[in-house]
Amino acid sequence: MASSSTSLYRRRQLGSLIALTLCGIATVLGLVFLIWIIWTTLLHGLAALSPALITEMTPPPGEDGGGLANAFMGSLLMVFLAVVIGTPIGVLAGTFLSEFSRGKKLGEAIRFVNDILLSAPSIIIGLFVYELIVRPTGRFSGFAGGIALAFIFVPVVVRTTDEMLRLVPDVMREAALSLGIPRWKVTVNVLYRSASTGILTGILLAIARISGETAPLLFTALNNQYWSLDMTQPMANIPVVIFQFAMSPYEQWQNLAWAGAFVMTAFVLILSVVSRSFLNRKGGK
Amino acid sequence: MSEALATMPAATSTPPRRTGILGDRIFFWIVTACGLIVLTALLAAAASMLWGGLLAFHTFGFGFITGMEWDPVAGHFAGLVPIYGTLVTSALAMIIGVPVSLGIAVFITEVAPRAIRGAVGGAIELLAGIPSIIYGMWGLFTFAPFMSDYVQPILIDWLGPIPLIGALFSGAPLGIGMLTSGIVLAVMIIPFISSVMRDVFLVVPPQLKESAYALGSTKWEVVRDIVIPHTRTAVVGGIFLGLGRALGETMAVTFVLGNTHNIAISLMEPGTSIAATLANEFAEASDDLYRSSLTALGLILFVVTFIVLAAAKVMLVRMARQRGE
Repeated sequence: MASSSTSLYRRRQLGSLIALTLCGIATVLGLVFLIWIIWTTLLHGLAALSPALITEMTPPPGEDGGGLANAFMGSLLMVFLAVVIGTPIGVLAGTFLSEFSRGKKLGEAIRFVNDILLSAPSIIIGLFVYELIVRPTGRFSGFAGGIALAFIFVPVVVRTTDEMLRLVPDVMREAALSLGIPRWKVTVNVLYRSASTGILTGILLAIARISGETAPLLFTALNNQYWSLDMTQPMANIPVVIFQFAMSPYEQWQNLAWAGAFVMTAFVLILSVVSRSFLNRKGGK
Repeated sequence: MSEALATMPAATSTPPRRTGILGDRIFFWIVTACGLIVLTALLAAAASMLWGGLLAFHTFGFGFITGMEWDPVAGHFAGLVPIYGTLVTSALAMIIGVPVSLGIAVFITEVAPRAIRGAVGGAIELLAGIPSIIYGMWGLFTFAPFMSDYVQPILIDWLGPIPLIGALFSGAPLGIGMLTSGIVLAVMIIPFISSVMRDVFLVVPPQLKESAYALGSTKWEVVRDIVIPHTRTAVVGGIFLGLGRALGETMAVTFVLGNTHNIAISLMEPGTSIAATLANEFAEASDDLYRSSLTALGLILFVVTFIVLAAAKVMLVRMARQRGE
């Protein structure tokens, strides 16, 4: 009797050990993929890195040399446009959710929709902006690309602003309101000020998110082989150039794609790690 | 959160504060307008795609979903092949990704020593930060050759001869194809699913777990019989969130799926998905019907992901409410 219960206990212990070991293996597997991907990018990217990357234009197929200067500039301009459009809309919409819609159905609905936009396929945004801007204006343009990125930028900012403002204690609102300060001044001078780190972090996270987005630019900004600062024309950008060059059979193009991929990944990962560490220090999740 | 604040009058109506009232009113409307922009963005996206895809739905009717022909030259379009590709790659991603995510979440919350929990969790979340086009390049240049050299020949040799399952693993080890796409997608969605699971595992009341331990349960039995049942709504929500991501993922799949309009039983064969078809063909689609057909595919993708993500959100909210009460 005693021996059979010991053996049952042993078997359960063994089962537990096996299951938990499998969990450990799953984690190692995840980490292996992470290191593998970063290592590949680092290896190919560093080998292709050169000063010409930011001084020369994208080369024609099959030719040696060349860089990604026009693509970097285009990406910069479009991300900038997205930030300029998206920041006020995102912050104000987040303010609405946290300050002006408590307990209201409308606020719940917007929060629900925002969360869906946050995970919605980005290529859908590309299709949407194509119908919204490219088709009516009759051409692909830097503006369309920037606006497409703004649609991805906004939900991230809305979410973080909403969360950060809700972390501000109600006592502060009540204290300010009891002094007779109008609500908009309380929001701007008290709430924004005390949540500024969090809101700024949200904006940085959103920049990290849109800097690597390819799908929404494929048929909004398209691509441009030449240096162009004209936002009403098709515009080169890092992700689409990487896509085009990586899929091509030309070795020089593939090398440039790796260099671009390395710079982009380093930028995105550093930005998101730094801003996440800010966010964690701030409290919240 | 105090409800009183929401219903609190903006200010009293004494003359000196008039500017305050006006300012409050303006501010309220600006803020509300921005909130409404977010709300309308989704509706407008759906409406614009419906408008854009109307021509295709009108021309091909219900056959657009059931037909297999995709011939830009003859101007005949039907979407079953890309729809099939999207479903198969996502299903593979879930079959591989869900158990691994569960394992990672259990490891981080129950097994790992406290000192390395944060580091491991942060590293896994880093996977979510890598741009999807990088997954695509890695998949095409590194992972696909690895698959065709080492993994696929073994699968073909071992599983190929088995009667029914064998058909899934027949053919040549090309590297690119459904199986490789499914694995790359799985790696991409693991951080999303595992972070949801980890967050909800952490808030299981310790009393529940301690009582189970006191009854003599092993660690795995606590996870299986206490932690997972207690959090199952959110766990399923997290899985749906990952599914939503997998269905719509574009760049990674475009690189490794092979982009051929082809339905094959074998998972080794190349195919195409809705998102990959859009990425490859939309900018070059010359005539209205072609473009409309692609937009119609986009609308189908949108509707499916919307349903999946909405279900995920509902489940996660329900779990959060339970926790709050």
